Amino acid sequence: MVPLNNNKRDIAKRFILFALSLLLFGMAFGLLGTLQYLIPGLAKNYISFEKTRPLHVSSVIFWILFAAIGSVLSYVQAYRKTQIAFPILLKLQWGLFAGTTILIILSYFTGKFGGREYWEFDPIFFLPILLGWIFFIINFIATIGTFKNQPVYVWMWATGCFFFLFTFIESYLWVFPYFRNNIINDMTIQWKSYGSMVGAWNMLIYGCGFYLLEKISEDKTYAKSTMAFVLYFTGLTNLMFNWGHHIYTLPTHHFIQRISYLISMSELFILGRIIYKWKSSLTEAQKLYHELAYRFLLAADVWVFLSLVLAIFMSIPAINVYTHGTHITVAHSMGTTIGINSFILLAIVIDIIQNSNNITSNQIKWMKRGFWMSNISLLIFWLSLIIAGILKSKWQMQINKAPFNEMMSNAKPIFILFSVSGIFLFAGIIAVILPILQSQINNAKTD
Amino acid sequence: MTSADIYKIGVASLLTVSYLAYSVFLYSTLPIPKNSTSIAAQQGKLVWQKYNCNACHQVYGQGGYIGPDLTNVCANRSELFIKTFLKYGTPTMPNFNLTEQEIGQIVAFLKNVDASGSADPRTFKTYIDGTIKQ
Repeated sequence: MVPLNNNKRDIAKRFILFALSLLLFGMAFGLLGTLQYLIPGLAKNYISFEKTRPLHVSSVIFWILFAAIGSVLSYVQAYRKTQIAFPILLKLQWGLFAGTTILIILSYFTGKFGGREYWEFDPIFFLPILLGWIFFIINFIATIGTFKNQPVYVWMWATGCFFFLFTFIESYLWVFPYFRNNIINDMTIQWKSYGSMVGAWNMLIYGCGFYLLEKISEDKTYAKSTMAFVLYFTGLTNLMFNWGHHIYTLPTHHFIQRISYLISMSELFILGRIIYKWKSSLTEAQKLYHELAYRFLLAADVWVFLSLVLAIFMSIPAINVYTHGTHITVAHSMGTTIGINSFILLAIVIDIIQNSNNITSNQIKWMKRGFWMSNISLLIFWLSLIIAGILKSKWQMQINKAPFNEMMSNAKPIFILFSVSGIFLFAGIIAVILPILQSQINNAKTD
Repeated sequence: MTSADIYKIGVASLLTVSYLAYSVFLYSTLPIPKNSTSIAAQQGKLVWQKYNCNACHQVYGQGGYIGPDLTNVCANRSELFIKTFLKYGTPTMPNFNLTEQEIGQIVAFLKNVDASGSADPRTFKTYIDGTIKQ
């Protein structure tokens, strides 16, 4: 493969290394959160769950965002065979994002919250993130130069850039009393923005995944094919109109449910295509399996399949009424954020770092062990959440409901399984990430 | 621009215009047009956010899973019961040292949420086409 970028002080790489640190930090707090599930009240006077959860959630969301930005920046330069158009804006973006993230984490420790899902920090941090994102868009457009005859991944990056900007602003409409004062209005707009925002960062990540697959397979035709664009437009339609499945049970406009339900069924086309292409995908997998980055892409493909099956079921309102508010929803978000997003991002990170650093064969061996450990434990983790969700769903539908604490106690064996598999998942991901960080430290020493 | 580009831009533009129109339509015709939320309930929502109650509790199934969904807690529990929880905490929930005013505002917020509808999945009707309604 052609090295992407040998500049060891490349800012794009700084985004990636900061992202990896956030992933480790976020997973550590995820682990603490699972222990607090098992031992109610654990450390509640020092770091209770309302702090643990945002420390976990925000860190992993920022892992996704930082890694996606770093990946897009690296691949845009490699694709255009040029440097970033405005390095000064990139430096400013880096400073704004890294500084804000550190301040957000510190604010959680001090118990200062904005209290919204995903963005649980004080709304004051909206401004530097917004400004940094605008700098990112300016650099992206200026570096790409033209949109003439571009492959699908450039369309996906552009979509991710603009839709994140729109949905991020939309997610802060709650600061105006007009949107905030009624809970139904507030939740309708909140989940409209969040549902599409996830689609926006998925576009950035999947776009990079597409680029990487093209690079590994050396097939330059697929990214410009009609099928690639049909899949892109299916994804875009879902990004725009499929957010309603988050709020099927909310007494909001009924047409939101109908539109979302109808649009979500277009995912059956993607599912059908995966099944149809299974055999040819397997042949390609055998050919490229020796590439570690490819293995993570392959694992993400399996998780796309599993998550899609679950998502399609959850998109049917009559089924969603049973799964909503249960751990089945958590299983879905874990399958997508870890199995799909994080595995694609790890594949990209491995590709970018491996090309510009010396990772020893012994370290590669550990990374391969980490790959297997994280995948097997994620499957157990995912299944245990589904079982916990089924138990909660059964409890929710009982005529004479037992108290909430009793339901939680009954589910304890499942939570133990979920916690143990979570520990192994964490260990597996550490085995993948540590060699990357080690190689960076060694690189810095030899400079 | 190639003809394929023009076709792609056409589809993307059509989708984007539809999305923006849908967004503007929703902003201008919010599901509950008349705001009857009391000042105390409006303040209570901000107190709810300030203490990040959503991290542990759910409203309409959205939020954390370590505590119960509180959408209809006011229909099932007395005001005194709720205030006691808020004042002293539980073995899982810390005592946030809320002021009497904050406790009153959270209760007003929860009453307002309760009046907005039901989050109990047993109360939903399912239809043959897979949709649901309360």
